[in-house]
Amino acid sequence: MAKKEMTVSEALREALREEMARDNSVFVIGEDVKINVWAVTRDLYKEFPERIINAPLSESGFSGMGVGAALTGMRPVVEIMFNDFLLYAADSILNQAAKYRYMCGGGEFKVPAVFRIAGGGSTGGNGCHHGQSLEAPAIHFPGLKVVFAGTPYDAKGLLKSAIRENNPVVFFEHKLLYGVKGEVPDDDYTIPLGKADIKREGKDVTIVSYGYTLQKVLKAAEDLAKDGIQAEVVDLRTLRPMDTETILKSVQKTSKLVTAEEGTKIGGVGAEIAAMVAEEGLQYLDAPVKRVAAAEWIICSSAYGDQMGIPQVADVVQTVKSMF
Amino acid sequence: MAMIDKETVLKIYTNMVRLRCFDDKINEMLEKGIRIVQHSTRGQEATQIAVPTAMEPGDYMMPYHRGWGWAIGKGMDPKILLSELIGKKTGCCKGKGGVHIADWNLRIMGRPGVQAAHVPIGAGVALSIKLRKAKDAVVAFFGDGASNEGNIHEAMNMAGAWKLPIVFVNENNQYALFTPNIETTSVRDLSARAQGYGMPGITIDGNDAIAGYEAAREALQRARSGQGPTFIEAKTYRIHGHTGFDQFHLGVYRSKEEVEEWKKKDPVMRLRARLIEMKTSTAAQLDDIDKKAKEEMEAAEKFAMDSPYPTREEIFSDVYAE
Repeated sequence: MAKKEMTVSEALREALREEMARDNSVFVIGEDVKINVWAVTRDLYKEFPERIINAPLSESGFSGMGVGAALTGMRPVVEIMFNDFLLYAADSILNQAAKYRYMCGGGEFKVPAVFRIAGGGSTGGNGCHHGQSLEAPAIHFPGLKVVFAGTPYDAKGLLKSAIRENNPVVFFEHKLLYGVKGEVPDDDYTIPLGKADIKREGKDVTIVSYGYTLQKVLKAAEDLAKDGIQAEVVDLRTLRPMDTETILKSVQKTSKLVTAEEGTKIGGVGAEIAAMVAEEGLQYLDAPVKRVAAAEWIICSSAYGDQMGIPQVADVVQTVKSMF
Repeated sequence: MAMIDKETVLKIYTNMVRLRCFDDKINEMLEKGIRIVQHSTRGQEATQIAVPTAMEPGDYMMPYHRGWGWAIGKGMDPKILLSELIGKKTGCCKGKGGVHIADWNLRIMGRPGVQAAHVPIGAGVALSIKLRKAKDAVVAFFGDGASNEGNIHEAMNMAGAWKLPIVFVNENNQYALFTPNIETTSVRDLSARAQGYGMPGITIDGNDAIAGYEAAREALQRARSGQGPTFIEAKTYRIHGHTGFDQFHLGVYRSKEEVEEWKKKDPVMRLRARLIEMKTSTAAQLDDIDKKAKEEMEAAEKFAMDSPYPTREEIFSDVYAE
């Protein structure tokens, strides 16, 4: 199988291009999607002039339009430029897209919309209104599926699945991940939603992570190996529905669980994982669960300060070592 | 009445009477202790029936919280509507939507519980029509209260910018819950805002069914021919309170005299008088319509009350599509 190396940004663009070519009902709407600050949708308008739509600064409005278009035969891919602006669009996505099918009694009412959202901090002092991680609140809404890819390969396969999905998908991306490179096969592949992936096998501790933090966890696992600790790294890929089976199997093998995420700890994704393991697999654990997460703070708006509260490779290494 | 034929006027009248009887039936059921969220349509029957009458069957309706006219006018059977309102399986949303009324076949596209949330959704349906190069149009109803939500402004701007096939119908009944809009709203005629969104805006007498029909017909024609959206403000009044539990609407946030004045402008009686005056129908013929509507609502109540609730399994289904 032919493969090429590409960035997450390029992989996402390939996914969009292939899906738009395959299916006329797929279209993109968002702020500056023709040129695009993240380069994900850049220049696609040249190929698909009617289906790449630059929207005004109206996150709630154009997200709501995504719902309406999805109800009536289209497959919109809505781009919210920064995670933080999701809160403007919260009603359209969390209140409407998530609940619409149920509220209307099911049947033909479906919302096959993807909401792509760039999140995460440490791009040089973007601060608390351009750098949050809001995937934890997003997983609290039944009716939605929530995805966060951590590699170019997964990004492409998951976005293709999200576009073909008949339910609304909140598809988180990370600004620092856009430039991360990896191998992506040339063929038309998809990655099923709801399936985690073991990114590294190990027998001593399970580290569950996703998104950009996954990259840090993989580096931490290398460092830990040098000290004789074999970490198993579980990449969630889909946060809702969560692949609890893969997590539990890994914990059964390693007896130790660490979660790692970029959002804050209280009410975070790690909290959900820890609670799930406490309910379903407490007997497998021989140590308390540890959560690596952002400080309970407001993201500092300076390039110097923002690194301090966001989990780094060393935080993961230190946390794991404290368990041995 | 150049644009409207006798048959259509009679259809509008019949549905306005059916709507009023339906509204009265809900009030009667509320008095019996049956729990229904009632945002009464009394006084607002004209626009709510006239506008859907002007729509084609393929046109999409984005309804709002007040009243039931947009459902009955678009062709929903009152017994199905009433079943939904009391949570029965025979309802249009299988007893799970309640006041959030939707009907796929009638193209009633859902009624969110959050004010104005449905208006961008309606604009999205209009965008979808445009992208699919279809010939349908959308009508989005909303009240004067919702007209101050940001969602309305965002949706109207995009509809104007992209010339989407949508008609915004604002029923201005002058009160948002217990607050008169004179306290909260920057303009007296909401239609004045249309100019800011690049579309024509008109204010009509919301208690004149024929004016509502003609305005909607023209706006739908504009929408369908690619000329873009229209904003119609229908000035009207709700005779009852915000909901069945509003104890303040007579003499607290509005005067009894004001309510009495508006009762004189009753849209149903007005159309009835016009039909008799124009010799379209005799009083006896119209009495017969009234009688049939009452009987229909008695039967609807019986049907709804006798219908089963959804099973536990059905209550928990449809969170996700396959």
